[in-house]
Amino acid sequence: MTIASLIASPSELTDAASNKTAIVLMTRIRLARNLATQPFPGWAKPAQRSRIAEICTAAVAAAAPLKRSLNVAVDQLGELEKQILVERHLISRELSGSKQGSSVIISKDQTVSVMVNEEDHLRIQVLRAGFQLKKTWNVINELDTALEASLDYAFSPTLGYLTACPTNLGTGMRASAMMHLPALVISSQMEKVVRAVNQLGMVVRGLFGEGSDASGSIFQISNQTTLGESEEEILKRLTSVLQSIIEHELNAREKLLEADAGKLFDKIGRAYGIMQNSHLLNSSEAMNLLSLIRLGIDLGVFPDANRSTIDRLFIEAQPGHLQHAQKGEFDPAQRDLLRAAHLRSEFANFVRPDFSLINSNGKN
Amino acid sequence: MANPLKCDLCDKPATVHLTQIVSNKVHKVDLCEACAQAKGVTDPSGFSLSDLLLKASLNPEVAPGAMRCESCGFTQADFKKHGRFGCPACYDAFKGMLEPMLDGMHKGTKHTGKIPQAALARQTLHERLSKLELDLSDAIKSERYEDAARTRDEISQVKQATHQSPPR
Ligand SMILES: [Zn+2]
Ligand SMILES: [Zn+2]
Repeated sequence: MTIASLIASPSELTDAASNKTAIVLMTRIRLARNLATQPFPGWAKPAQRSRIAEICTAAVAAAAPLKRSLNVAVDQLGELEKQILVERHLISRELSGSKQGSSVIISKDQTVSVMVNEEDHLRIQVLRAGFQLKKTWNVINELDTALEASLDYAFSPTLGYLTACPTNLGTGMRASAMMHLPALVISSQMEKVVRAVNQLGMVVRGLFGEGSDASGSIFQISNQTTLGESEEEILKRLTSVLQSIIEHELNAREKLLEADAGKLFDKIGRAYGIMQNSHLLNSSEAMNLLSLIRLGIDLGVFPDANRSTIDRLFIEAQPGHLQHAQKGEFDPAQRDLLRAAHLRSEFANFVRPDFSLINSNGKN
Repeated sequence: MANPLKCDLCDKPATVHLTQIVSNKVHKVDLCEACAQAKGVTDPSGFSLSDLLLKASLNPEVAPGAMRCESCGFTQADFKKHGRFGCPACYDAFKGMLEPMLDGMHKGTKHTGKIPQAALARQTLHERLSKLELDLSDAIKSERYEDAARTRDEISQVKQATHQSPPR
């Protein structure tokens, strides 16, 4: 598979959107693994990095889920191509900036990706649309076991899988869910949620923008610690935290409708108007508007079938995808024009909001 | 009078004092204004305590280069600088400083998760073979030919076993 054909096909995130993905858009698990006898990528010399890449990519490309996959060295990718892979959560920003000897293997359906010579020799990742921690774990566990049959992993009976950074020791597992939490944001409860979630040993991050910017009300919740608990225990804890966040979000939606439905409808209606008529939209504003439309879909203002369009636009409105579609590089001001034009054309025939259809209990 | 607290990351006076409970453990971090800003501490959604704790736990000054990994040449000073280790063997070389650090960082200090069965079985066989080969050359050197013959048999048995059950 080539990078061009991969970019041309939809990602898991845009393709599988259904009402099952209403609040949890995506589940993702990654495992950090290293070869026993090689220095970690950050400390390895160029020749060692090449040797590591050779060993790892051969083993990974032979694994069943990665047959006929894209297998490419990072330095063979263009800036825009790397940006698109980052925006689709298939590679990390760190990998996209890495030097010689790093590569990535991505499955045809874009649910499995393995980064080679990122911070660790191997960063194995599986993602699934919706709330599917168990299924995602089964897939990645099986792939990991298959790789271990030919790769000698660095492992200590007491410390578990040995990783470049001690914060990943043990299971080497980071499990996360991407959640759309507009009502918690609108009702200013996110700070409280973040604090509570932190106390339970989980981390919350805003998804779009750099680090802390939470535009689009999309957050990533993941486990903070990796040592001292089994994978199953970590996943069980994460699941119960996610379920309780979903409960809180649904309650917040109900409260917003009870307290001042007019105010909420106004936000959604205005978002629709701006989408149809604006000529300048920066990334953060676009994400926030899309978030309101998505909330409208969850509430029944727009048909369920439109959710996949919105989830696709969340990705297409990002700089890499936007520029790639226009076949060029543009400065941020030009991008705001292009973004508005793209969303205008998408919303020209988008079904009108119907507030009489609203689900009275706010639950979808 | 107590000294004013210093920032855990640089040496400026600390003005931001954080207490956070992670996995039922209380962690305190003191930061100066600039570091707090840089680490996104002022913004709750972008803030990860684990990175900070890692740096802060390294703060007690150690003579640079006091410990060194024989496998890869990594020193304690390198770790302080990068926050990452050089190779898997570093975990043995820096064992001493690891325990207290892990205790603050993780839920526990002992792995209870998945074990790479196939890789470990291979490793055990490898170790057994190299020990037998050492025995063999010792036996030959000291002209214990009966021992040598027995060891040679054992080696071929182990090798055969490896071939009969190739990794899945
Ligand atoms: Zn400071
Ligand atoms: Zn080392």
